[in-house]
Amino acid sequence: MITPTHYMVLSAALFMIGVIGVMVRRNIIVIFMSIELILNAVNINLVAFSYQLQNGIGQVFAIFVIAVAAAEAAVGLGIILAFYRNKETINIDEMSVMRW
Amino acid sequence: MGEAIAFYVISALILGFAVLVITTRNTVHSVLFLVLNFLAVAALYVLLTAQFLAVIQILVYAGGIVVLYLFVVMLVNLKRPPEVHADPHRRSSLGFSLSVLVLAELAAIVVYGRLTPAPVAATAEGTDLAVNNVERIGYLLYTDYLIPFEVASMLLLVAMIGAIVLAKREL
Amino acid sequence: MIIDTYVIPLLKILIVLNATLVGVTFMVLLERKVIAWVQVRLGPMRVGPYGILQPIADAVKLLLKEDITPARADKWVFTAAPIIVMVPALITFAVIPFGPAVRLFGRDVPLYITDINVGLLYIVSVASIGVYGIILGGWASNSKYPLLASLRASAQLISYEVAVTMTLVSLIMTAGTLSMVKIVESQYMAGVWYAFVQPVAFVVFFIGALAETNRAPFDMAEAEQELTGGFHTEYSGMRFALFFLAEYANMIVISSVSTTLFLGGWLRPFPNVAALSFLDFVPAWIWFLLKTFAFLYVFLWVRATLPRYRYDQLMRLGWKVLIPIAIANIIVTGIVKVAL
Repeated sequence: MITPTHYMVLSAALFMIGVIGVMVRRNIIVIFMSIELILNAVNINLVAFSYQLQNGIGQVFAIFVIAVAAAEAAVGLGIILAFYRNKETINIDEMSVMRW
Repeated sequence: MGEAIAFYVISALILGFAVLVITTRNTVHSVLFLVLNFLAVAALYVLLTAQFLAVIQILVYAGGIVVLYLFVVMLVNLKRPPEVHADPHRRSSLGFSLSVLVLAELAAIVVYGRLTPAPVAATAEGTDLAVNNVERIGYLLYTDYLIPFEVASMLLLVAMIGAIVLAKREL
Repeated sequence: MIIDTYVIPLLKILIVLNATLVGVTFMVLLERKVIAWVQVRLGPMRVGPYGILQPIADAVKLLLKEDITPARADKWVFTAAPIIVMVPALITFAVIPFGPAVRLFGRDVPLYITDINVGLLYIVSVASIGVYGIILGGWASNSKYPLLASLRASAQLISYEVAVTMTLVSLIMTAGTLSMVKIVESQYMAGVWYAFVQPVAFVVFFIGALAETNRAPFDMAEAEQELTGGFHTEYSGMRFALFFLAEYANMIVISSVSTTLFLGGWLRPFPNVAALSFLDFVPAWIWFLLKTFAFLYVFLWVRATLPRYRYDQLMRLGWKVLIPIAIANIIVTGIVKVAL
């Protein structure tokens, strides 16, 4: 029997895989993709509870999360392209223009 | 019983592809594994009778956002892969072990944090939300959540203009 | 129970897939013949009577060709790209209704594989997955011209996807449902095909469909005169055949979808006029096939007649002309539905 607990564990595992990706990898595009994994983990949680409580609010919230993720991906990738044109790198350790 | 098999297979696919996303060296392969991950998540949504959200996930996430990532990966086509030399200031193993500890803590909270297990929805197969999914979601979006809907449309407009301005060659 | 849930859908899938693949191979011949007749010549006539066996000759030739993979090309992605283009075209047939329920061997068998409540959105979303095959085909070839052509082709596809989806929104507003079977039934209830209720949406959808399937006059990305053959330059043998067949399968899919949405699916002409009810002896799926063939013929006719668009003219048409028309159509549809 699949209870919402199963979905919460799956969501937590996917969330942590995304966090590991953000902290360990240095390619900035892979970091952005790990952030998308984190947002998907949140969505799975919302939809699982929408299914259990039979209330559409969870799915509506998930739709808004997808819309915000699309906006953030577009702007973030625009920033990456602008940065790449100046510094010719996508290694996040070298993107330290504002440090001393 | 069929639902349990479907759940375990789909979640194995989701977690497997997610691990492949963060461990593959080749960025294009990483993006392709992300697409497969999103398709598996859409399958999970169908299992949870959220059919509208499943097709929106494929249409927007897998068919829109990841195409954007693929274009950027192709335009940023480096001769030298970015992670050849390890930065001595970076402690990757510390980050990794901290993440594993947090995952263990989250799992413990989720599994042992309640005295009684969470109740399963009684008959969630033929309910109104499952059969008339699009109508119910549309009704909620246009009555109770109309203001967030309009704000989201303004957000997407601003993001579109911002992305075009940021990515132009000359202003 | 086992028969209803497993055997019957499996049989339907087999029939639909076989019919599609046979239809695709004969589409190749039909295209050459139709374009030849428009140009006052005869087309393939050597192989078999009137050239009927030409597709078999083509298939044998492509199977026997040498299988070349470019040096330093990404092997897995190079092989997967044609598959990624073909699969969305085939799985769209799962929701297209070919006819109402017929009585076979004592049980009511509906003439569609399945009816999901978000059928139309499912078709749009798997069509957006087909873009990947084109991007990856150009990328995995590891050479300049295919990469440029694939970037152009995918930009064209995602631009026209927006216009097509917006026309479908106004159609959904008219029909009141996303399920393909219920759209046909609502055309039956209204007694009129939606091509007459939404003519603007019909025209914009058809132009968008021409661009979505990379057909002339929008076939900039794959024509032999442009960029040395487009994104399938480096492909040979069976992989090239798969790209080629995927394009024709996409054409058949778009024709079937247009038939269902705009031409009343399996309804006979003038379903509300009782005087024509003597036409009811024709089975419903024959009407469906006739309408789909009519659409396919118009695709070929347009290819034989119109010259090719330049890339910037193509993008200007998609973004500056079709999308505003589609948005205006949505607004007018909304006003009409509220006012009536």
